[in-house]
Amino acid sequence: MSEIVRKHQAEILTDWIKETPESTRRSDLIGETEFRNHCTQFLRALEEGSRDTDKAGDLAAPEWAQMRDLLAEISRSRVQLGFTPRQVATFVFSVKAPIFRRLRAELGGDPQSLADETYRTSLLIDELGLYTTEIFQRSREEVIRLQQQEMLELSTPVIKLWEGILALPLIGTLDSARTQIVMETLLQKIVETGSAVAIIDITGVPTVDTLVAQHLIKTVTAARLMGADCIISGIRPQIAQTIVHLGVGLGDVTTKASLADAFMIALTRAGLMITSAANA
Amino acid sequence: MERIPILKMGEFLLVSIQVDMHDRLALALQEDLTNRISETGARGVLIDISSLEIVDSFIGRMISNIAGMARIMDAETMVVGMRPAVAITLVELGLSMPGVKTALNVEKGMEQLRSMSAKNRAVRITRDARKS
Amino acid sequence: MTPANPEKMPVRNSGDILLIRQTVRARTVELGFSLVDQTKMVTAASELARNTVDYGGGGYVIFEILNDGSRRGLRLTFEDHGPGIPDISLALKDGWTSGSGLGLGLSGAKRLVNDFHIESKVGQGTKVVITRWK
Repeated sequence: MSEIVRKHQAEILTDWIKETPESTRRSDLIGETEFRNHCTQFLRALEEGSRDTDKAGDLAAPEWAQMRDLLAEISRSRVQLGFTPRQVATFVFSVKAPIFRRLRAELGGDPQSLADETYRTSLLIDELGLYTTEIFQRSREEVIRLQQQEMLELSTPVIKLWEGILALPLIGTLDSARTQIVMETLLQKIVETGSAVAIIDITGVPTVDTLVAQHLIKTVTAARLMGADCIISGIRPQIAQTIVHLGVGLGDVTTKASLADAFMIALTRAGLMITSAANA
Repeated sequence: MERIPILKMGEFLLVSIQVDMHDRLALALQEDLTNRISETGARGVLIDISSLEIVDSFIGRMISNIAGMARIMDAETMVVGMRPAVAITLVELGLSMPGVKTALNVEKGMEQLRSMSAKNRAVRITRDARKS
Repeated sequence: MTPANPEKMPVRNSGDILLIRQTVRARTVELGFSLVDQTKMVTAASELARNTVDYGGGGYVIFEILNDGSRRGLRLTFEDHGPGIPDISLALKDGWTSGSGLGLGLSGAKRLVNDFHIESKVGQGTKVVITRWK
């Protein structure tokens, strides 16, 4: 197939461009020169990648590096222009027709070879088309991840309750990723504000699993290494039960039922106390 | 070879580690500190690691060694200024430094050392008074 | 995956360990790792480099920048032709703390990275491969 692509590149190119249906071509989104450019580069990369018939099936091989880069580029740029992933994949699939035509012309006399080569080519083009969808998906996931991170950073406010006392009210379900970001944000704030006490309140957290419990303990341990103490407050009976069940040792981490109680402890540790104004 | 300077601040010693240390420098520091504690009768050693971007097991052991030797000479060891990324990494690494006190910065560390030292002194004075 | 720019550095002494730390830091910064991830990778590298020097009789490390479609990563391969590790599963067990002086810290280093692979043959040497993805 590689040979055939090389020999008839110009014709395959012309046919491919001509035969691409408008729904895939989207001339409203992408100009003629750029489209032609993509097709030309594709055919060149196709020829190069499939030259070594042994390696032709393995898209991860270095022979396909050019194609991978090209498809990544095409996929990303088109998606940004507004193409759907289906349209990008179909663009790749649509190269089959002109190639099969040439295969038939060259190998017509040998039906077995023709069948084999057509099948191999079809598999290969399918792989390439699917690769573009993978690229699309991955970049989507990256965008979502970045957005999630931003949201997490925005929704994890660390509050300064008093000089040297921070509070971190956690609300909603905690997953591993979120807990990690929370951990890093809190530790950073401890350094920035020079606060030696941090209250982590989990009243608003419905469930705590082993992973989250471990993360919390790691946060407390890390804070201690830095010279700050953490108090965990708002542990509801169900969560307490879960923690005991899981066998996760909270060790010597101070825990309090309410944020208010935790605040009192924090004040005491800071050498402060609240007295009634009447006594002053 | 350059050696890390050790400052005397009252009855305590202050060391600020600002470079990525190679082995010889770390061992020299251990030695120098032990000598200085003995010479000065210092009650505490404050190690400022706020400039360190990396603390690996080697440094961890060095600090533990210093704390061990200091304790034998009746001095407390305080490590201050550990960076969050370092703390998180050490916890993951499983490295603990038992017997080492920690504080957020030099100021707070000194405060703690002073109050600990004052407490010890008070106890001693009380005991002496009862003896006579 | 297309590993690019493999670079090789010797791991013979304390000075090499420092240089490796600096290089790992530089590479992870280039790759855009978060500060915590940078620190974890540099620390893991430092631990393994130290093992190579202290127990492996010296060796080398290979840096590989990985590119797997849309994610990039750093792979470090530490190799020595030292005595090797007789019981790898034992070496990977936890229970290594500072102050004891012993222990290879492998279990700790393993937790700092995304992928960890170790091969060792007594009398032939040890190879540890760690990878961290952005």
